[in-house]
Parts: sequence; structure tokens; C-alpha cells
Amino acid sequence: MSTVQLQDKRALEAVWADPPGFMGWLKTVDHKRIARRYFVTALVFFALAGLLALVMRLQLARADNTLVGPDLYNQLFSLHGSAMMFLFAVPIMQAAGIFLVPLMVGTRNIAFARLNAFSYWIYLFGGLLIFVAFVLNIGPEAGWFAYVPLSGPQYSAGKRTDIWAQMITFTEAASLIVAIELVVTAFRLRAPGMLLRRIPLLVWSQVVTSFMVIFAMPAVMLASSFLISDRLVSTQFYNPAEGGDALLWQHLFWFFGHPEVYIIFIPALGMVSEIIATFAARPAFGYLALVLSLAVTGFFAFGLWVHHMFVTGLPPAGMSFFTAASLVISIPTGVQIFCWIATLATGGAIRFTTPLMFVVGFFFIFIIGGLTGVMLASVSLDSQVHDSYFVVAHFHYVLIGGAVFPLFGGFYYWFPKLTGKRLSERAGKWNFWLFFIGFNLTFFPMHILGLEGMTRRVYTYGADTGWTPLNLLATIGSAIIAVSVIVFVVNVILSLRRGAPAGANPWNGTTLEWGTSSPPPSYGFADLIYVGSRQPLKITPLAYVTGLPTRMRTSLATTLADARPDHITPDPNPSIWPLVTALAVTVLFIGSIFTPWALIWGSVPVTIALIGWFWPTEKQARDLQACEVKPEEGRAPRLVEIGP
Amino acid sequence: MHSAINTAGPRAHEIAELMTLFTAVCAVVYLIVIGVLIWALLRKRARARLASEAEREIADRKARHVITWATALTVLILITLGLSDFFVQRSLFTPPKDPLRVLITGHQYWWEIEYDHPDPSQRLRTANELHIPTGKPVELVLTSRDVIHSFWLPSISGKKDLIPGRVNTEVLIADKPGLYTGQCAEFCGLQHAKMRLVLHADSPEDFEKWRQQQLQPGREPATDTERRGRTVFTSTSCVLCHSVQGTDASATVGPDLTHIASRGTIAAGTLPNTPDNLAAWILAPHRMKPGVQMPATPLPPDDLGALTKYLASLQ
Repeated sequence: MSTVQLQDKRALEAVWADPPGFMGWLKTVDHKRIARRYFVTALVFFALAGLLALVMRLQLARADNTLVGPDLYNQLFSLHGSAMMFLFAVPIMQAAGIFLVPLMVGTRNIAFARLNAFSYWIYLFGGLLIFVAFVLNIGPEAGWFAYVPLSGPQYSAGKRTDIWAQMITFTEAASLIVAIELVVTAFRLRAPGMLLRRIPLLVWSQVVTSFMVIFAMPAVMLASSFLISDRLVSTQFYNPAEGGDALLWQHLFWFFGHPEVYIIFIPALGMVSEIIATFAARPAFGYLALVLSLAVTGFFAFGLWVHHMFVTGLPPAGMSFFTAASLVISIPTGVQIFCWIATLATGGAIRFTTPLMFVVGFFFIFIIGGLTGVMLASVSLDSQVHDSYFVVAHFHYVLIGGAVFPLFGGFYYWFPKLTGKRLSERAGKWNFWLFFIGFNLTFFPMHILGLEGMTRRVYTYGADTGWTPLNLLATIGSAIIAVSVIVFVVNVILSLRRGAPAGANPWNGTTLEWGTSSPPPSYGFADLIYVGSRQPLKITPLAYVTGLPTRMRTSLATTLADARPDHITPDPNPSIWPLVTALAVTVLFIGSIFTPWALIWGSVPVTIALIGWFWPTEKQARDLQACEVKPEEGRAPRLVEIGP
Repeated sequence: MHSAINTAGPRAHEIAELMTLFTAVCAVVYLIVIGVLIWALLRKRARARLASEAEREIADRKARHVITWATALTVLILITLGLSDFFVQRSLFTPPKDPLRVLITGHQYWWEIEYDHPDPSQRLRTANELHIPTGKPVELVLTSRDVIHSFWLPSISGKKDLIPGRVNTEVLIADKPGLYTGQCAEFCGLQHAKMRLVLHADSPEDFEKWRQQQLQPGREPATDTERRGRTVFTSTSCVLCHSVQGTDASATVGPDLTHIASRGTIAAGTLPNTPDNLAAWILAPHRMKPGVQMPATPLPPDDLGALTKYLASLQ
């Protein structure tokens, strides 16, 4: 793309490179490095949570099995669900945003880069907390949904549930922070010329998701704070005997919990749009319909939560509203599926690469999950299948089919950009087929098990139930999934060692991230271009940005709607303070599991860390001054047009 | 019988029919969408034809047409499915006329059952095995003493939660006499898996016979061993939780044992009610249900034998 070299790459590297060595590793605020960290950590949690599921499947492989007892089994499924939702699915989708959004909108770093570093550290510490607790036999035991009163002080004595609730605090704080960064990056740091209608679909999906995070997460933080205070300082929010209400938890939890599903799923839809557009060799069909569908889905996702509570005895008229809303939300999803099929049908020659195969797998699996979702929207049908294995089947079809398959596709698609190496296509196809077959073997039989009366969260079942053969089949399937994940890991390791170099644009993509080298340099792009179309790499850029100070880290902020250059904003330098602050916050959070006084004393180190974080250095002051543009000096950011 | 598809009552039957409708519609939709997807992936591309902008425009317009119609059809299908659900829902939520009322209270990990009656002497209490007359609607009044449970007899009706501090209702109607099983459907702790439930749907005459028999106080011991068993029962920790009508034992923490021998199972529908199982259960209930609330009762063998004999006599 860069036919013209306006910026001195060495000068950029000098300003944007991290300090060398271990300290540099701790201090980095580079969105690409932090995203890589998120990916690795989230994938490790994915593998660990998957191992927990394997143990559960082994336990259920035959009737009256005694491999694990009820206490361990309850911890297994509680941690499996919690880790998959809070430590794998949400963070890895946001990691995709952290990595891709700045590159796709053509800026050098994510907004609030130090907060970004901070978010990773507290996510990591929260995840470590709950896994270490599990190893110490104080893992969560009340399920990932932690219904009161079972999770309350009376029925879940000890620290297990406190640790779970505090893990929620860690991960939700991290995820709120990332959501805000992504919204600001997508709204104010876009390349000039990237009008709203030129924003890549993946970026739109991340924007919608981030808004959902901002509105949904406070509900669960409120719910879990009530729970912690019920447990620690004897408030009575959920205790019916003292005027509290056991259903309050469910309302608050599902007001978050239902959007949560879409928070996981909508970024995956963005990936599907990008992958299909690239491999069908045409821009996604129905751009406006796709963007509006995402927004409508994000909106309606907040009006469905009661369908998780259809058997709690709520008034029927109220439930009918939620049936209608749950049916309505399948319309935008349907529209998106139609648009993608239209893209494939009207595109050029289709390239059946691994990323596209995972997307095709997504269609096969996710649509089944969507259709069983329509069944669950019905109050009558739900009264039978609710909390049965039918629901287990349904949401694995939705979450693995709808999110994990596109995620794997996305991983194969953007791995070259992330690392500079290509993944093996042959291993990728093995990865896909094993996963696809293993998945269906595991989860399809569960539909039938649920209709035959098998309830969720049972650590064993009697031989008289007749559930053994299908459970055995499901266990075999889960082993095949495990093999497929091993193929994936081996593929990643071998490709990193001796994969073919990727080059800047291995798939012939048309969005901005393919316009820089693989992996991208610390400064992202040498030259910041003017974006004149939805496929900026297809044409020679019409103009470049100049006038940004070069001796310091700066970005160009543009206006929200029409992305006109607005002002220069300084970017933070590497700093140890995000890590120090995260450690102080961790001490406060973990301490508050044991005594409410930790909130008081723990705030002292947090305050000290924050003072360190915001203490202005002389250099920063000078840099800030340099950013204050005086138009008469002619240093305002501007576009330089490149004439023919 | 234990299945939402093999139904034995009008309510479950109605839901199963709705399930068939939904499944059929969804299957057709799935096949069509996947069929079109495969066509889109494999169609021979007239590359030259699509190369020109104008041709591309025509193709896009055609696609826009198809998508509009497909979306309209989706809306129509959803409305149909939604309406059919509303009709079933309305019939499910219509309160029955003159039902038999049964109060069900959930406990970790068993079901307390009390048959309501305007005349207090006609009320009766039992546990874990519910008897209902066929053909007559039975209104269950559901609540919980500890955590949330969910009452589910898939062959008869959908499920309903038992929530502390709240009262829910659910209606059962059984078509034909038989034995149906169910299970707690809301995770309720360590022994959620073994919180099962047995439904005896009896002919109205059998039900009345059963009811009259259950209204009797606990049978007086007939032998010395049984008498000794009763002494063991009333003089050890048993009485702290259980009751046998006609004796001093009247605690309501655990299941009522007045007619324990008339029940087919013990331990909330999970063990056949045999003397051996009963003895093993009293000695070490945690062996069979780790985490169960009932404490172990280490009785000397003679006492245990006598107690088991006594309990087995409580028809």
C-alpha cells in the first residue's frame, strides 16, 4: 500500500518500541502485545476448563459411576461454566478487539493504553485466584449462575462462593475497562475518512458488544456485591425470611446473563463477516443490514432475560412478552445469515481455506442452536426442557457453534497477522473435522437425553434411567474434541517454529490491518492513510496524515461521525504502574473475601499506586505541551493529498 | 416412565404435540437454509458474467429480493409458532375446577407431601411418593424450606420451581394408572442428582383405599422385636427429625415415617425399600448419598435389627 514513505520508520520505532528485557515485558502498553497475552491466557483457561469438562464426561460415561463424588463434581461444573464464560469467552473476544480494532481503524495504539495493560493484569489475577482456589479444594460449588439461597451464607458455608463472587469482580472490571477502550478507539481514533459507513463489520461488532458490556456488567457486579455483603456482613438482600427475595438474584443475574451470551456471540459474527468477505472475494452483502442487525440484536438482548425464569412461577402475561421478544431476536440473526449466504452466492471463486471451513461449520451448528432457541422461547416447551440436558445441548450449539467455531476460523485467519507465520492448512483441516465430528457426537445426543428427562448438574444417574448409551456416545465425542484441540495446539507450536512466513497480506484481505507488515511493527502503521472506501486496500490512498509530532507517542483523534481530523492526542509511554496498581487492587479484592476492613486498609496501597500512575513527569508535561496545536504555527494535523 | 415425549397426561401430551410442531418447522427451515448454503458454496461461477459492475448489480438486486422474502417468511413463521405457543400456554395456565390440593415442600434432598383437606383429621402427610387418582386434576402447592428446587414429572407435566418465601402451583392430570418417576430439576446441592420422586397414578378406588390406609396412625407393634424396635426409634436420635403418628415421635425435619413400609423406595426414590437397604441407610446414609442431611446412627446390631423390623411393619 505504502507507495509513499512519509514517516521515518526508525524514528517511529525509537518512540514506540518497548524497553528491552523483562522490565519492558512488564511495562508494555502495546495493544498487540497485550492482546497476545490475552489470547494465550484465555486459551490456557479454555484448555483447563475443557479438561474439567472431560472429567465430567468420564464421570457420566456410565450409570452409577464413582470416578468423582458429588462435591468434586459440583466444583467441576461450577468452575467449567464460570471459566468458560468469564475467563475464556468474553476475554478472548475482547482480546480480538484489542488486537484488531486499532489496526482495522488505522491507528497506532488502543485508547487508554495503560488501562489496557491494567485490565490484563487484573483479569489474569482473577483467573489465577479461582483456579488456585480449585486446586486447594475451595473452588466454586454453586454453579456459574450461583442461585441464592444455595450460594448464600447458610447453604454455602466457607470461602468457596466468596472466591467465586470476587473472581466475577476481577473479570468484570477488566471487561468494562476494555469495553470503554474499544468504544473510544472505534469512535475517536479512526483513520480520517473512515466514515461510519466505512467502519469494518468486525469493528461494528466490537462496538455493539462493548456497549452491551457497559450496560450488562453493572447488573452482575451489583448482584455479586449484594451476595458478598449477604455473606460477609449479614445484609439480607436475598433472604426471604428477613424480607429479601430469592428471585431478585435471578433477575439481576439474567439481566446480565442473557446479554452475556450475545457479548460472546456478536464479536464472532464480526469475524464471520470478515472471513466470508475475504474468501468469497467480495465485500459483505448488505452492509447496512448487517450493521443494523448487530445493533438490534444488542438492543433486544436486554429484553429476554425472563426466558431463563419461565418455571419460577412469574405471571403468564409477563412471560408472554418475553416469549415474543425471544422470538423477535431471531429475526436479525436470520437476516445476517441470509446476507452471508448471499455474499457467498454472489462472490467470486470461493477459496476453501481453514478459516472458511470453520465458518461453514458455524452455519451447520449454530443454526441448530438458534432453532432450538426458538423452542426455548416458548413458555410451554420450556417448562419441559428447562434445566434438562436439552438446554445443555442448546447453549453449546449456540456458544461453540456460534462463537468458538468463528473464533477458531478467526484464529486461523488472523494468526499470520498476529505472529508473521502461517498455520498449517493440513493440520487446520484435521483440526476442523475432528472438532466438527466430536462436537456433534458430544452434544447432539444431549437433546434426546433432555427430552428423556435427564436433568442438568447431576453427578450421576441410575442404570434404570436408560441414559447410558447416549451418555457414553457424548463422552466419546468429547474425547474427539480433545484430540482436535491437541492438533490445534501442536499446529500453533510447530507453525510458530517453522511456519511459512505470512507476508503482509496472505489472504488478499481488503481491510486496513492487512496493510501493515506481519506482525505489525510497534507503531502499527508507518503512514496513516486517508480511508476513501470500505475496502481501503483495494485502491491507492488518496491522502496521508502529516503534522503529527514525531518525537513522542501521539495519535490523531478524529470526529465521531465523519472522521475528520480533530486534534492530536498523546499516547502513554510504557509504565510499570498498571501492574503495581493491579497488584494493589488484587490485594484489596482478595483481602475483602476475608474481612470487610480490607476495603478500608486495602485502599491505601491502591491510592499510592494511583498517585504513582498519574504523577506527571517533566517529559510528559513537555509532550503534552507539544500536543497543544497552535494553528498559526502550521503544525495542525492535516491531510496531504498525493497527486497523480 | 420418565420422558417428555412418552406422555401419560393431557398436559404433557399437549406440550409434546407443540414440540412436534416446532421440531418439524425448525427441521424444514434448517434443511432449506443449509441447502441454499451448500448451493451458494458449490455453484459454478460464471466468473466472466459477474465481472462487470452492471451484472454484479443485477445479482445483488436479485439477492436483496430473496432476502426480503426470506425475512418476511421468517417473521410469518415466528408469528405462527408464537401464537401456537400462546394457545397451549393459555390452556396450561387455566386453573382447574375442583382440584385435589396437595402441598409439596422441597427439602435438601427430599419431598414433603401433605394432602390438604378442609377437615384437619382428613389431612395426611407422606414423603417422596405421591399418589394421585387418575382423571382428576391435582393442584400442587409448591414451596421450599431451604434452597430452590424444581418439581418435574416429565411424563405428566412441565416443571415448576419450589422457591423459599414464595408459593407456586402446578397441575397434574394422569390419564392411566401407572408408576411415573421424576426428579428435582433445579440444582439444589450435593445430592441434587438423587432427589428423585415417584408418582403412583391410581384408579380413583385404589387412591381412596390408599388414602384411608394412610390416614391411620402408625401400626402398633405386634411382636416383641417390633416393640423393641419402637423403643429404639423413640429413644434414639430418630425422633429428633422423624414422626410416626400414634407415637411420641412428631418432628417434621425429615420425612414422615408413619407408613414407611407402604412406600416402594427410600432415600427420595433412589433405593428400593428393603430391610437390608433400610438398615444400611440408617447406619451410614452418606455411603449411598454423600452430603445427605441425615446423620449416621451407629446402632448395635440387635437394636438395628429390631428397628428395621419395626419400620418394615409400618404399613
